[in-house]
Amino acid sequence: MSFFVNLALGLLFGAGLVVSGMSDPAKVLNFLDLFGTFDPSLAFVMGGAVLVTFIGYRLVLARGEPIIGTRFHMPTRNDIDTRIVAGPAIFGIGWGLGGFCPGPALTALGLGATGTFAFIPAMILGMWAARLLAEGNSARRTA
Amino acid sequence: MTEFTPLASLVGGMMIGLSAVLLMFWEGRIAGISGIASRLLPPYRDGAFLSRFGFVIGLVAAPLAMIAIGGIDVSQTVSSNIPLMIAAGLLVGFGSVWGNGCTSGHGVCGLSRLSTRSFIATGIFMATAFVTVFLVRHVIGG
Repeated sequence: MSFFVNLALGLLFGAGLVVSGMSDPAKVLNFLDLFGTFDPSLAFVMGGAVLVTFIGYRLVLARGEPIIGTRFHMPTRNDIDTRIVAGPAIFGIGWGLGGFCPGPALTALGLGATGTFAFIPAMILGMWAARLLAEGNSARRTA
Repeated sequence: MTEFTPLASLVGGMMIGLSAVLLMFWEGRIAGISGIASRLLPPYRDGAFLSRFGFVIGLVAAPLAMIAIGGIDVSQTVSSNIPLMIAAGLLVGFGSVWGNGCTSGHGVCGLSRLSTRSFIATGIFMATAFVTVFLVRHVIGG
């Protein structure tokens, strides 16, 4: 059941990426090109997404618990460590090079561009490396 | 040049937000794509693999379903510079997981929760992305 609900939500999210133009790296790179061919469209994507999520989360969280499961899995950390600075800094460089962040890259997979087929395996490798490195760090701390 | 599309971008963004809200409503999870995708890889910490797998299948299938229905432009321009795209993929994959989130987890869900960590993360990845594009297009390429 959860598989099919998530499938539907993934379709909605992916359709949103396509409709908004965020699935097109050319549009993303033009948004990031403030001093060149600047296209401010993606500010409207962020604005629309945050507006709905800001209001929607408040309505949903007021219910006390989700439909399945007993609690909301909310991030609880509010400390500022080196990872919350270094991670996004690295991510932003890659985003600026290719015009893909993880969601749009996944929606691009079925469209079959050569660049996408180079990007996705590298992204998965990078994700796995970060997870294993993080697991190793936390294992050393608790040991 | 790409065309300025404020209305389509606003509507698309609201669809993304609605998906994030409904995922929280259904099973109480953050719609962060780097978190969802990276947890499809071992080690597995919880029993949510099938949920995450369904979400990713939906993401991949979305443009294909839209092509099948027709009437919506799914065209995109992806660089065919293979070394560049491999480097970009490694940086995006590593950085987003190392920083616990990407454009969706920090940029959409985190800002909506008014999370300090997400405001910092979003500010930093926007800044390094702006600088990277500036260097690539106007310093190296210019």
